[in-house]
Amino acid sequence: MAEHADNVTAARRVSGGTRRSPEPLDPGEIKSVPVRHPGRWVGTVVVVVLIAVLVKSLLTNPNYEWDVVGKYFTNESILRGGLLTLELTAVSMAVGILLGIILAVMRGSPNPILSYAAGVYIWFFRGTPLLVQLLFWFNLSALYPELTLGIPFGPQFVDVDANALITPLVAAFLGLALNEGAYMAEIVRAGIVSVQPGQHQAAASLGMTRMQTMRRIVLPQAMRVIIPPTGNQTIAMLKTTSLVSVLAIAELLYSAQIIYSRTFQTIPLLLVASIWYLIATSLLTIVQTRIERRFAPDTYEPGEPFLGRLRGNLVWLRPRAAQDATKGDEHR
Amino acid sequence: MSPEPLVRAEQIHKRYARNEVLKGVDLTVSEGQVLCIVGPSGSGKSTFLRCINHLEQIHQGRLWVNGSLVGYRQVGDKLHELPDREVCRQRAEIGMVFQDFNLFSHFTALENVMAGPTLVRKEPRAKAAAYARELLERVGLADKLDSYPRRLSGGQQQRVAIARALAMRPKLMLFDEPTSALDPELVGEVLDVMRQLARDGMTMIVVTHEMGFAREVGDELVFMDDGVIVESGPPKELLTNPREARTQSFLSKVL
Repeated sequence: MAEHADNVTAARRVSGGTRRSPEPLDPGEIKSVPVRHPGRWVGTVVVVVLIAVLVKSLLTNPNYEWDVVGKYFTNESILRGGLLTLELTAVSMAVGILLGIILAVMRGSPNPILSYAAGVYIWFFRGTPLLVQLLFWFNLSALYPELTLGIPFGPQFVDVDANALITPLVAAFLGLALNEGAYMAEIVRAGIVSVQPGQHQAAASLGMTRMQTMRRIVLPQAMRVIIPPTGNQTIAMLKTTSLVSVLAIAELLYSAQIIYSRTFQTIPLLLVASIWYLIATSLLTIVQTRIERRFAPDTYEPGEPFLGRLRGNLVWLRPRAAQDATKGDEHR
Repeated sequence: MSPEPLVRAEQIHKRYARNEVLKGVDLTVSEGQVLCIVGPSGSGKSTFLRCINHLEQIHQGRLWVNGSLVGYRQVGDKLHELPDREVCRQRAEIGMVFQDFNLFSHFTALENVMAGPTLVRKEPRAKAAAYARELLERVGLADKLDSYPRRLSGGQQQRVAIARALAMRPKLMLFDEPTSALDPELVGEVLDVMRQLARDGMTMIVVTHEMGFAREVGDELVFMDDGVIVESGPPKELLTNPREARTQSFLSKVL
């Protein structure tokens, strides 16, 4: 206490403006009373109670049929469906990214026809529901019974039956990839726009062509902006592939549906599918974080781990010295 | 005795939408000459510089660098725009240094200097790297080869930018206010490099606010205002005895 008083007078002397060398303040760590957050405590209690209720029902409600979940978790057709889901995701994203880059470059082209064409494409594919697009591709043969390859308005070389070419799987790939292209185009464009115009000029002044500038200078720098949302798109795509179950394609969801339509164990099979989706999206999230860190190594800052933050919030778990300081202050 | 000048500009006009920024600029630069352009901001001096390597298109007049028309080919009395590839070949002969350095941020200093030779001239990497090292040494950055631009000071970045332009072995160097974005204590190191370059006989056009540099290094000084050249002559004469009222008023503000 006496020491404390000394510090105060020292501080007064300094603020009073006298330039006599003040006694040094206690250089130790600041021991202050944290601000109380009663609202957070109420919220915490509510959340903890809700979690407890949920956990109890998960463990005790027999309708979850966890034994059935376990039985079908590694069922062969479920695994094959999961694999097809991954394939759909990978191919649609790869084609979508490529398409997105082409569309984004077209969109920025000085040629108004190219720019508008890309704009209309993006407008159409973002403006109509993916489910409608999938059904559309599936029923393409109703619109064009025969597909031909040849010179437009000129001679035709190959004729194919649309029904034979556009199998449900092809319709699924078309629908997912073309739709994804529209979203990726906007993401890539945002990345390109984020690169300073001076970079284009510097590249041009060295004699680089537009293509070289785009490929070697602009796109690599745009990656920082492009990669995070692309990761999100990939994760979203993984889940979106479940939409193609309406085309009777045996991906993960439809594989589960086939089984429960036979056994009527709807809930446990939906759980099987959900758990696999969760596993896949979690893995993708880890990959995404890694890639982001690689492309922006100096901007990545790790967050404080969950337990550390928890400990920081609970005053009674703090080290003894801090506790004593808190108590002392409260008594005054 | 005068041979064909390296740069010859005749009646250059340039406008953005309806705003005319160059209103008939005539100018010649001979080989080995250092020409400094000064003038108030908005006078068109940077725009003119960017016309010389066709970063900006001119609307009237003719511009020759090293004997060939910039950006166009003359067939009869008609001008044909040059294809992208040809424009690029012309630009490769002209080095340019920007106010904001514009280093490629995803490349190291060495890779920045190698970018032109490897990507444009398709030189083997080893050869380009050797020359890049030599150039970076010449601008005093031998110890910064592997540094990324954001780890370098402004002065260091600008010296890398000069080395990057020199790596193309240009016949002409354009400097667009190379020291304007620098902290005062970093200006000297960049000017030193430019001074050395002038001494080595490089033909240079320098848009600048550094009157001291213009006086000391420049062979000729041009004062531009409102899209025209108001006055030009030997720097010492022009700086001490400006004839035109506009030049006098500008110099009284900056000297």
